[in-house]
Amino acid sequence: MGQIWEGFEEALRLLFSGDAEVYQIALRSLWVSTLALTIAAVIGVPLGAALAQIRFWGRGGVVSLVNTGMGVPPVVVGLFVGLLLARNGPFGDLRLLYSNQAMVIAQLVIALPIVVGLSMAAIQHLDEGLRMQIVALGAGRLRTFWLLLREARITLMAALMVAYGALLSEVGAVQVVGGNIRGQTQVLTTGIVERMRSGQQATAIALGIILMLLVLGVLGGMTIIQQRSRRT
Amino acid sequence: MFITASQRLKLLLMFLVVVFALMAAACGDDGAAATEESPAGDGAYEADQLILATTTSLKDSGLLDELVLPAFNEAHPDITVKTIAVGSGEAMQMGRDGEADVLLVHSPADEAAFMEEGNGTIRLPVAQNYFVIVGPADDPAGVADAADAAEAFAAIPDSGTPFVSRGDDSGTHKKELSVWEAAGVTPEGDWYTSTGQGMGETLQVTSERQGYTLTDLGTFLSMQDSLDLEVLSEESEDLRNIYSVIVVNQLVHPKTNAAGAEMFAQILVASDMQAQIGEFGTAEFGQPLFAPNAAALGGPDY
Repeated sequence: MGQIWEGFEEALRLLFSGDAEVYQIALRSLWVSTLALTIAAVIGVPLGAALAQIRFWGRGGVVSLVNTGMGVPPVVVGLFVGLLLARNGPFGDLRLLYSNQAMVIAQLVIALPIVVGLSMAAIQHLDEGLRMQIVALGAGRLRTFWLLLREARITLMAALMVAYGALLSEVGAVQVVGGNIRGQTQVLTTGIVERMRSGQQATAIALGIILMLLVLGVLGGMTIIQQRSRRT
Repeated sequence: MFITASQRLKLLLMFLVVVFALMAAACGDDGAAATEESPAGDGAYEADQLILATTTSLKDSGLLDELVLPAFNEAHPDITVKTIAVGSGEAMQMGRDGEADVLLVHSPADEAAFMEEGNGTIRLPVAQNYFVIVGPADDPAGVADAADAAEAFAAIPDSGTPFVSRGDDSGTHKKELSVWEAAGVTPEGDWYTSTGQGMGETLQVTSERQGYTLTDLGTFLSMQDSLDLEVLSEESEDLRNIYSVIVVNQLVHPKTNAAGAEMFAQILVASDMQAQIGEFGTAEFGQPLFAPNAAALGGPDY
C-alpha cells in the first residue's frame, strides 16, 4: 500500500510541478493513438458498413480475416510492422522505424480490424426493414448509407471507444516499432515498463495514474457525446 | 442540426480529403528526405541518424541520458541518436542484422565472437564495475563468506534458498550462466526460477521470495529502499563486468552509419568523458557506479 500511495504523491507532484518530460510523454501517447484512431475510423467505418451490406464472392473470408485481426496481439503486429520498416526490410528506405509515424502505422494496423469488425456488426444489427424502408422512400445509395450510420451511431461510437482504449493502453507494438527512445518516441506505456525495469517504481506508478486519467478523460468525453446523441 | 444530409456528406468527404492530404504530406516529407540524402552506395546512408543498441543497465542507470548523449549532441548537433535499450544478446543481433550502427554491450565472450564473424570494426572497453550477489540478510548460503562468486553460487542449491535469474539473454544473464558453469552447478530444479524480465522486475521477485540473484549495482541501489535484500558479495574477478562499445562494420552492412558510430566511440573513450563516467552516480548514491576503463587511459584490457 505504501508504494501505491507514494506513487500517487509522485503523480500529483509530476502533474502539478509541470514536469516537461511527463507532459511530453502524455501528449505523445495521446497524439499517436488519436491519429491512428482517426485514420482507422475514416477508413474502417465505411469499410465495415460496406461489408455489412454488400454481398460479394469471398466475403466470408474477408469477414473471418477481420475478426481474426481483432484478436492479434499488438506485439505481433509490432514485430511484423517492425520487420517491414527495418533498415534492411522492404520499406527501409522510408526511414520510419523508431519514429512517431511508425507507431501510428502499427497502431492503425491494430485498430483497423477492431473498427471494421465492430462497425460491420453495428450496421448488421440494425433492422433489415429499416434499410428497405429508407430505400423505398427514394433515398439514393449514399444517403441510405449515411442514414444507416446515423441510426447505428451509438454502437459505432462504442466501437471507436473500444479501439481507442486498446490503442492508448497498448505497449507491445509501440515498444517494438518506436523503440521507447526518451524525448523522441517514449509513450506512457513504454515509459512505465522502462521505469519498472530500472527500479523507479514511484515514477512508474505516477505515469500509470496519468495514463488512467487520460483514458478516463478521453473515453469519458466520448461516452458523454454518445449518450447525448440518444436524445437527438 | 439544420444541415441537410447531402451537406453532411460533403463535409464528411472534405474531412476525408483533408486527412488524406495531411497523411500524404507527412509521409511525403520523409520520402523526399530519404531520396535526397541517400544516393545509393556512397556510404552516407542515414548520416544524420545514429542507431545505438545498448544494454539496459547503461541506459537505466541514467549514464547515457544524463552524461553521454548530451556530450554527443553538443559535439555533433546534426546527428540524432536513437537509443534502443535491449539485452546485450539482442543488441548484438541488431548489429549482425545491420539494424544498429553502434553497440554498448557487456558480454565479452559473445563480443569476441561478434568481432570474429567480421560484424564489427572497432571494439573498445569503456567502463567497468562489479556485479553483486544480493540476497536475504540472514544469508543461508553463506555468500558473504565465499572467496568468489563461483564458491558462493555452489552453496546456493543446497541452502534451501531460491535463486532468481533474469533468463533473458542479457549480459547479466550471460554472466550468471558463466558463474554457474565455473561453480560446476547445472542451474535447474525447484530452487531456480527464471523471470525472463528486466533487472527491476527480477529484483522484485527475488525480494518477494527472499532468494538470491545477480544484479548490476546501479539498478539495485536505485531500488534498495523498496527491497528486502542486502549486497552480500565482495568484488571478485569472476564478477567483473566490462562494458564495451562496438562499431558495426559498414563493409558487411552497407546501410549503417559507421562515421557517426566512430564519433560516438571517440566521445566515450575521450579522457574527460572517462573521468566523468568514473564519478557518475556519486551525487545520487554516494558511490560511483562505474570505473573508467578505456584502454586509452592505460586501463585494463580484456
